[in-house]
Amino acid sequence: MYRRHIVCDPAECTGCRLCEFACALEKTGSFDLELSRIRVAAPQPAAAISIACQLCEGVPCVVACPRQALSVRAEDGTIALEKGLCTGCGWCIEACDFGAIALDPGTKSVVICDLCRELPEPRCVESCPKRALSLSPQSAVAGRLRKKAAEQLLKES
Amino acid sequence: MSSFQGRLLIVDLSTRTFRTEPLDASYCREYLGGGGLATRLLWDLSRPGVDPFDPDNPLVFAVGPLTGTMVPAASKYAVATKSPLTGFIGDSLSSGAWPLALKRAGYDALVILGAAEAPSYIFIDDDRVYFRPARTLWGADSWETEGRIRRDLGDESVRVATIGPAGEKLVRYACIGNDYSRQAGRTGAGAVMGSKRLKAIAVRGTKPVQVADVETLRRVSLDLYARSQGAATAKYRVLGTPANVLALNALAALPTRNFRQSTFEGAERVSGEWLYERYKAKVVACAGCSIGCDHIYRVSDGPHAGTQVGMEYESLYALGPLCGVDDAAAVLRSAELCDRYGMDTMSTGASIAWAMECYERGLISREETGGVDLRFGDGAAVIALVEQIGLRRGLGQLLGEGVKRAAETVGGGSGRWAMHVKGLEMPGYEPRSLKTLALGLAVGTRGACHNRSSAYEVDLSAKVDRLNGERGRGALAMIQEDYSAVLDSLGLCKFLRRCFDAFYSEASELFRAATGLEMTAEELQRVGERVSNLKKAFNIREGWTRDDDTLPERIFEEPLPTGIAKGTRLTREELATMIEGYYEARGWTNEGLIPPEKLAELGLEI
Repeated sequence: MYRRHIVCDPAECTGCRLCEFACALEKTGSFDLELSRIRVAAPQPAAAISIACQLCEGVPCVVACPRQALSVRAEDGTIALEKGLCTGCGWCIEACDFGAIALDPGTKSVVICDLCRELPEPRCVESCPKRALSLSPQSAVAGRLRKKAAEQLLKES
Repeated sequence: MSSFQGRLLIVDLSTRTFRTEPLDASYCREYLGGGGLATRLLWDLSRPGVDPFDPDNPLVFAVGPLTGTMVPAASKYAVATKSPLTGFIGDSLSSGAWPLALKRAGYDALVILGAAEAPSYIFIDDDRVYFRPARTLWGADSWETEGRIRRDLGDESVRVATIGPAGEKLVRYACIGNDYSRQAGRTGAGAVMGSKRLKAIAVRGTKPVQVADVETLRRVSLDLYARSQGAATAKYRVLGTPANVLALNALAALPTRNFRQSTFEGAERVSGEWLYERYKAKVVACAGCSIGCDHIYRVSDGPHAGTQVGMEYESLYALGPLCGVDDAAAVLRSAELCDRYGMDTMSTGASIAWAMECYERGLISREETGGVDLRFGDGAAVIALVEQIGLRRGLGQLLGEGVKRAAETVGGGSGRWAMHVKGLEMPGYEPRSLKTLALGLAVGTRGACHNRSSAYEVDLSAKVDRLNGERGRGALAMIQEDYSAVLDSLGLCKFLRRCFDAFYSEASELFRAATGLEMTAEELQRVGERVSNLKKAFNIREGWTRDDDTLPERIFEEPLPTGIAKGTRLTREELATMIEGYYEARGWTNEGLIPPEKLAELGLEI
């Protein structure tokens, strides 16, 4: 399975939250930012990163669901929700280490990033003005970090 | 579907009650939102002649019609009140996540009336308003207050607008801070909030913002994101506004040592380049902004280690060159203290610069400064005075009144170097070498403000001779002022302005896509004129006279001593000629009053 997720480069992220606006509009038709599948976290004024579903191998959210409402899509590893089974209990929200799951108070069920799988490119990636977001496999993230480290090392030596 | 929420929230602190009112639909077209709407609501709710610290002085916040949508750089709010510094209209802008939260709580504007019996803060949780005690928060600095309120409410997503100790102690230029690094800085709205014993306004907004035409809005927004990564915003993105230091120094337009000079020999050491190289920690953006201009600097060694603060040119100018200080780390520390105490960096720096000159001339003694050797160039002395003002101790008792009142108290001719217009201290642009700006500052309704006027853009455009004023500048200054009023009313950040090719028609398209309301480019432009006139009408109602439109005496009396503008002066006649041209362009009387026909033409039935 070619498993990719939304990756944010914190060096480029300004914390502007335009990814949240773009996601909310795509998913809800309005700027209902509570339902954005991607959220910016800024632990202090000089740091920001946006976070969406990491497509974890161990799928703690799926494991936590007491009603088997969540499952992994075989084709891309995104998390699928069987709406009829979800009661909005929030166990998956607590199980997610990244805070990447939100509860829709309207439908009483949860919402999770699906990488805008019907679109050529996820809306958040398309909208990021700083190109801080990309759709990448985990291996590419490590590769990019290696390259950065190498550049730094070679510059210093 | 419309991006207006269609509601005002009115909170009365005296009775601890709140209610909502529908937003007058005609105001959406006539005032848009932000600065325009806040001005109109202030006009409607304000009792003429009210003392700024009287509970009856309303404090009005308004967000823009584009706030809460994906249109970039639109998370702005305006706050309007009768200014304790000028006695005229005080309208100030800030941006960030707080205005976004207010909009998402379901409001286009928030009106604060009355005064609390004891220190309090309010928590707006969508449709509910909670009145909460702030006894233990009273005295806490702005940054600490934000964190403590979030912990108190147990929700990190709550956004906070707050005052610091300066606002509590009625420093006349106290500001309102939000989201740590943004401030509604000028004209003392923080002091009015303090007079109401309102420590903070916490907001949790969880509602959607709707728009009329999703596809157009998305297309135009994405286009603006792309345009805002180009040359039009390079200055803001790369070095931030501190890039102005060297640029203005080269033009002999960098006010130095309380406007005795317009060039600073230490400019390089407090330049944007210098700061970037040595102290840049991170560039961040306000909520919903594609530009990202907010440069956060960190000092990691030396006497000011641990300082971390966002810094704009105006703060840098006032706490640096204006006080003769070329120690960048000390300037950063002063700015952090101003932000924490919650006071306008510009008026603070200008007040200290005025006091430095008084000290030098023997009008303020070392005893009065609490032992501080208050000489131009001493960064530690500036820091010491910032603390005295913020806590209203020692000389801070006097300087917290602003230079106009302080000079009236100290006397001895110190009014000649009290650098203010209508009581508001001067911004970091030299009027003698930027003559259209000189006009803009003199006629400004909130006093010496470069932003409301934006007339310096005319001088820097190379379309005019910036060293010589003439009658025609009146019309040019008016166009800039009205343009600024439209941006401020749409709630769009000025830093986006160069991303538009034809601002009024593009703004008209955005406004329609967001609100569903058709406004032609001409109608939008007319809003600017209406808002400018209404601000003036407010001032006239509060006793404005022709003599209030002037500049500090130093500007007329002393030619510039250095730089490429050496020898340049501004004569009283030159300014009077420009002012006449301005009144004429505005369709006002020779005395600067608004004739009834003009009011009627603008639909201002007041």
